[in-house]
Amino acid sequence: MTVATEHSQLPAPSLAPEPKALSRLAYALFSRPSTIFALAVVLIFVTVAVFAPFLAPYDPLAQSILKINRLPSAANWLGTDQFGRDVLSRMIYGSRNSLIFGLVSPVLAAICGTILGVVAGYFGGVVDRIISRVVDLLLAFPELLLAIMIAAVLGGGFWNVIAVITVAFVPGFARVARASTLAVKQEPYIEAAIAVGVRTPVIIFRHVIPNIAAPIVVLMTLWVASAIRLEASLSFLGIGTQPPNPSWGNIIRDGLNNLFGSPWPIIGAGFAITCVVLSFNLLGDVVRDVLDPEISE
Amino acid sequence: MTVPLLKVDNLAVEFGPKANPIRVVDGVSFEIPPAGAVGIVGESGSGKSITSLSILRLISEPPGRIVQGRIEFNGVNLLDLPRSEMPDIRGRDIAMIFQEPMSSLNPVMTIGDQIGEAIKLHEDMPGEKRRERVIEMLRLVGIPDPAGRLDSYPHQFSGGMRQRVMIAMALVCNPKLLIADEPTTALDVTIQAQVLDLMHKLRRTLNTAVLLISHDLGVIADVCERVVVMYAGRVVEEADIRSIFRNPQHPYTRGLLQSIPKLDDDRDRLYQIPGSVPLAGSVKKGCPFYQRCSLRIDKCAQEMPPMFSFGPDQRAACWVTAGQADAKAKEVAL
Amino acid sequence: MTDSIIRVEDLGKTFRSGSSLSLGKPADEVRAVDGCSFSVNHGETLALVGESGCGKSTLGRLLLRLIDPTAGKIFFENTELTHLPAGRMRDMRRHLQMIFQDPYGSLSPRRTVAQIIAEPLDVFGIVRSRRERRDRVADLMNQVGLSPSFMDRHPRQFSGGQRQRIGIARAIAVDPSFIVADEPVSALDVSVQAQIINLMQDLQRQKNFSFLFIAHDLAVVRHIADRVAVMYLGRIVEIGPKKQIYGMPQHPYTQALLSAAPEPDPDRKARRIILEGDVPSPKRVPSGCSFHTRCPIRQDICSVERPPLREVATGQLAACHFANPFPIPVAKAVPVVPA
Repeated sequence: MTVATEHSQLPAPSLAPEPKALSRLAYALFSRPSTIFALAVVLIFVTVAVFAPFLAPYDPLAQSILKINRLPSAANWLGTDQFGRDVLSRMIYGSRNSLIFGLVSPVLAAICGTILGVVAGYFGGVVDRIISRVVDLLLAFPELLLAIMIAAVLGGGFWNVIAVITVAFVPGFARVARASTLAVKQEPYIEAAIAVGVRTPVIIFRHVIPNIAAPIVVLMTLWVASAIRLEASLSFLGIGTQPPNPSWGNIIRDGLNNLFGSPWPIIGAGFAITCVVLSFNLLGDVVRDVLDPEISE
Repeated sequence: MTVPLLKVDNLAVEFGPKANPIRVVDGVSFEIPPAGAVGIVGESGSGKSITSLSILRLISEPPGRIVQGRIEFNGVNLLDLPRSEMPDIRGRDIAMIFQEPMSSLNPVMTIGDQIGEAIKLHEDMPGEKRRERVIEMLRLVGIPDPAGRLDSYPHQFSGGMRQRVMIAMALVCNPKLLIADEPTTALDVTIQAQVLDLMHKLRRTLNTAVLLISHDLGVIADVCERVVVMYAGRVVEEADIRSIFRNPQHPYTRGLLQSIPKLDDDRDRLYQIPGSVPLAGSVKKGCPFYQRCSLRIDKCAQEMPPMFSFGPDQRAACWVTAGQADAKAKEVAL
Repeated sequence: MTDSIIRVEDLGKTFRSGSSLSLGKPADEVRAVDGCSFSVNHGETLALVGESGCGKSTLGRLLLRLIDPTAGKIFFENTELTHLPAGRMRDMRRHLQMIFQDPYGSLSPRRTVAQIIAEPLDVFGIVRSRRERRDRVADLMNQVGLSPSFMDRHPRQFSGGQRQRIGIARAIAVDPSFIVADEPVSALDVSVQAQIINLMQDLQRQKNFSFLFIAHDLAVVRHIADRVAVMYLGRIVEIGPKKQIYGMPQHPYTQALLSAAPEPDPDRKARRIILEGDVPSPKRVPSGCSFHTRCPIRQDICSVERPPLREVATGQLAACHFANPFPIPVAKAVPVVPA
């Protein structure tokens, strides 16, 4: 065979060993101090949320008339609220609600939004027009207003709040997914897959979605922050986590009642939210770099 | 021997961090006589475009920098001039045209204004005269109804016409040297023929020297009198056009010429150079063509061959062919 | 015609841009391909040449139904592909494959070489076990001159020429009988082009598939093709055996195209036929013969009446009113204007 003999005279091209995706992720995470810090913050908060009963010094719901609106002390590190509940314990338990809202809603929204966006972008035509109009309509409302409207219909409660935040986020994901799909659809490798005979659903899952994952993941990490903030806003308005259950949002709301007596509940919860939000944003950048083959080279 | 218009001597350009630089152009020397036409031919990563950009000092620093050599234009080393004097040289003495005629023109300025601006930068000329000059220039490059097209915008021209506008803009101040970097690569064959024809005509009427950079040996053969063959950042062969095509001395030049199908050959199979083009600066030691060379000997892996002289007009950097022709070939001191 | 593998009749594709909803303003129509009829025989290479925007890539994609035609018919052997439902068309793709121009874009950046080459094998259920799959991939990589040890690498680690080999391995994986190659070497370095051209020729000799080879480089086409079709503004203006097209081109556009190609030979600066002006936009195709605006031998009739593609020599057809049925060798061709 002529081809085989030719091959033998080709000098074997020396390819640099290719790092595995996991080791690239590890390298990306641990090569920069800022991301190590972000990772540590997220891990600390997750640990706190998981082991809340062991870490909290007091029952977060236990009220005490004797200890109303105390300033921080050795017994109550962040002081107490107007019902005499320990603010630190409420923050530790509140991290559970806040983190769950912060993580579950963006993930759900990303899944729904990606499916809608990819379908609209890939098939185009009437499907695209219908989905895009609905998405534009939803986008016209500010997230918070949308969330309030839906909450007004559905009422409060854990799953309702998750649904509310999810619906508020879907349009953004759908937009990004649609735009990315339109770009990826123009790539020659999509045409190559069609020419090879690959079925449409396989093309979508194997060739389109992995190549639009980077912006979606970045958006998701950005919206972890927004979701915590939105939950806090909803709780602040009394629609989110229902009292007496704690979340960072309603700690801030309760803290406002005694802002000038003791600012510590607001400072504490605000600090926690800021830390988590910042950390997720930093991690999002890293994940994007790893997912994007052009940048990670 | 006449004094060369441009003399590039032992030029080297590096990119990347200073501690671990990548040398993309190394030891490049060649000359262009007044009104001469020299071609640089090479594949991707050969350093041909970087060489041409270095002449006008258009390499962005960082990441790139010229680390050694001289670029003498009319006897003045351009690398010694302060940076602030370079804009006076660009356009007036040395002009340049690029591959992509669309992105090289400002889309929101009329072409009359753009060509006029080139004059304004370098010459003190009243507005009315400037306008006449622009019209004359557009007529020279073959734009139909030049007076009427002065107020047109670049997008109203086709690709071939835009390249003509670019050439008009480059030549409006009567530069002594025109550097053309792949000027016809983005154009269709019939339009390419028009532009090449125009370049011949302009050389006859304006006496401008030309440095043509191309990957297409056909285009080079059409325009140039001398050819510089570059491979992986180095000059591997330099000769007059006839010697390159009739009697190439470097194995890379030979392989390249044999691997191109021609309109009149009836070979059953093309000659092929094995392997792929190395990345710029990836070959640190020995001859850059060693990996793919059919004539290689052990010495080639160890030591970069200097330029050997093969007759009055031809030099090539190969140990083996220089050894075969040894009576005539002698090392050229750098 | 029993020995043709692909046959198209009066094939056309009109792209409409501009919304149908906008009132008053008619939608823009671009006739990318217009009334093309030809066939490709078993084991033959037909080259499609023309300048950018002439519709050659669109025509190649129409044959594989990557784009649906707006007029005409396509036959593969005895099956009409034109209106085949999507599922049946997918089954036909086992016989019809494509090699793409862009060696960088046409390979999915996230898939390994093995996954890319095995994709058609999976689609048509050709391999049963994981083991068999790897063996087939290794075999295919050997056939295209790649070391199978790189099968788990990603395409970004390979050079342009090596990527094009991966694309070729994918195309031949299911032993197709017809391959469309869209400018397969024009994005490659000159010294690598010859490798890929030789590889495609070797594979064609071994496997005996038919080729539709789309290109703009006339020297490459002359090397690889058996027959050549020249396109201008969506229409075939001349088609015939390679020897006749290159030796005795009958259409003035073919003549100009051949004379315009710069030869890598300083002693052969042949007299060029320099065409006036630019290729007209396919949105505004000139009346009559679409080449008449640039034609050096045009007459009054050319702007009025479109010349049909007619036989000017054995197997050679040209669409020109003045194509001479008694061929003159082009060597002394300063085109003569008939009185």
